[in-house]
Amino acid sequence: MRVDIEDLVQGYGNRTILDGVSFSVDEGEVVTVLGPNGSGKSTLIKTVCRIMEPRSGRIAMDGKDVSSISKEEFARLVGYVPQNPEFIGYTNVYDAVLVGRRPYVKWNYSREDIRMAAESMRLMRLDEFFDRQVTEMSGGQRQRVTLARALTQDPRLYVFDEPTSALDLRHQLDTLRLMRSVIKERGSSMIIALHDLNLAIRYSDKVMVLKDGKVYGFGSSDDVITERMIRDVYGVESEIVEGKNGRYIHAYDGSDDDYLV
Amino acid sequence: MEDEEVIARIQRDLDEDVFEGRYDAESKKKFVFISILIAVSLFTMLISITLGAVDIPLIDVINVFMHPILPQVFAEPSMDYYNEFIFRGRMPRVFMVALTGFSLGLAGMIMQGLLRNPLVSPFTLGVSTAASFGAALSIMFGPILFGAVVNLKYNVLGVNFYVDDLLQVLFAFLMALASIGIILLMTRGKDISRSTVILSGVVISYLFQAGIMACKYFSDEDELREITMWIMGSFTGSTWGGVLILVPIVVICCIALISTSMDINALAAGDDVASSLGVDVTKLRRDGLVISTMVTAACLSFTGVIGFIGLMAPHICRMIIGNDARYLSVCSGLMGIAILSLSDLFCRLIIRPGELPVGIVLYIIGGMFFVWMVGNRRWSKRL
Repeated sequence: MRVDIEDLVQGYGNRTILDGVSFSVDEGEVVTVLGPNGSGKSTLIKTVCRIMEPRSGRIAMDGKDVSSISKEEFARLVGYVPQNPEFIGYTNVYDAVLVGRRPYVKWNYSREDIRMAAESMRLMRLDEFFDRQVTEMSGGQRQRVTLARALTQDPRLYVFDEPTSALDLRHQLDTLRLMRSVIKERGSSMIIALHDLNLAIRYSDKVMVLKDGKVYGFGSSDDVITERMIRDVYGVESEIVEGKNGRYIHAYDGSDDDYLV
Repeated sequence: MEDEEVIARIQRDLDEDVFEGRYDAESKKKFVFISILIAVSLFTMLISITLGAVDIPLIDVINVFMHPILPQVFAEPSMDYYNEFIFRGRMPRVFMVALTGFSLGLAGMIMQGLLRNPLVSPFTLGVSTAASFGAALSIMFGPILFGAVVNLKYNVLGVNFYVDDLLQVLFAFLMALASIGIILLMTRGKDISRSTVILSGVVISYLFQAGIMACKYFSDEDELREITMWIMGSFTGSTWGGVLILVPIVVICCIALISTSMDINALAAGDDVASSLGVDVTKLRRDGLVISTMVTAACLSFTGVIGFIGLMAPHICRMIIGNDARYLSVCSGLMGIAILSLSDLFCRLIIRPGELPVGIVLYIIGGMFFVWMVGNRRWSKRL
């Protein structure tokens, strides 16, 4: 699904967090949102998911303005994975994953719903945790449960806020690779907020950098992720190296200003 | 590689079947538990008709019901006052217990789900204190204002129904509605934070508590005792008139609450995720809280304050059946009936022909049961 975001303005109270953000995501594309803490990544994510209504601006899905789509219909189009997954009470993994089908279900889960949940659990390697209580699991396992739920929801657009922050190295790479292949296979799109620039280079089709609520740059990672950008946006000196498998960023402190962002 | 594809497909089908199988097995377990609860409740309700200040033999209970329908097959009951006892005394009481137990258990579960807080009960928004204040007001000022105790008699399809002390019921309910109104006022606006709701409830409780204390202070001994007894809660005055008024309220409210189960399941993953799954979180929270409190208020107006069930029935059920609201809601209601029926039965038997207030037995039985569950390793880790 193609997503167009035009001149998005968002804020809390008197503060403006997003000041005219525009970018787009094509079908089958992974767009990474980068930016330092406080640049508005989470706010952008929540606004795109309609958890918050924007102050002004337009979000269009396949050309259709989002405000004309009902909440139920929208839930089938966009799936949200938060940074810190919350689960309350004695919730099983299978219940937590199945609830991703809520936009399609009135009361009972159909065979199709169960099939999707089974597939998601398999992809996220959660089979052994079927009836485990979610609150008994580690942070990384819980994040995989949340991702499995999003996969079960099967939206046209996945919107992830730091989905791999609690995962170990192996699982980080596995998860991003998996999500990328799922996107391509299902023809969905993905907007993902990341901190790790190297992961962004490896797994994105396009990159959008936020600085102070505005778009600093939007385009391919080769074009946008440069030493200059890293200095301007993060205040960090870096060296971008051509490695065996692509570009790699070495960041170091010791700049003249001697501050750490 | 065709072989690899085939293997992958078989593996996928296998995983799906395993998942389906395990899911069905889990669902079956839950159905079994619900069936057990239904059986226990029905059994206790039947026993409650048989046993009491006067024990009516089971055969006579059957005769009382079946003789008017099939006089050739079923004899007349051996004592003619059995009819009176059962139809005027025990049956309405059993129904009142069932209605109240189910409503409180369900309302408690819904509120715990909506506010995502295990310490919440239907009384969190102050409804029980408000209703108590209303009852206290009617006890103090009712006779002064209206000259005598006002009873209600109404006629449906040629049959007369009675509600004793209508004023008390009305005052209690109106004050409870007032507390709901205050909560709605205090939580106006788009974002109702869960803490705001809970704190509002606490504040309202204190306000009405002040009113109750004032009533108690200015009351004479008889009035004071009456107020105290009302707050303890009891099913002694249950009448068909009251049951008939409650049934539509309870049925409509409970159906409305149970139907939000999938939304509550989504809510367990957090407000944001629930919103992205299509749930109107603000509306759900507001409507759910109002309906839960309303059905609680309706029951309390007739019975006085029946505690414990709204808080504990959901917890006990959650330990056994998990957090899926579709099962947990019905289960909490049924557990409410089971616990309350057992307690009411005991309170009628322990000092018969006298009667203890149901709260005394309820809190002891319920408390002991809960302590046992928490002490038992198998259940406590699911708390």
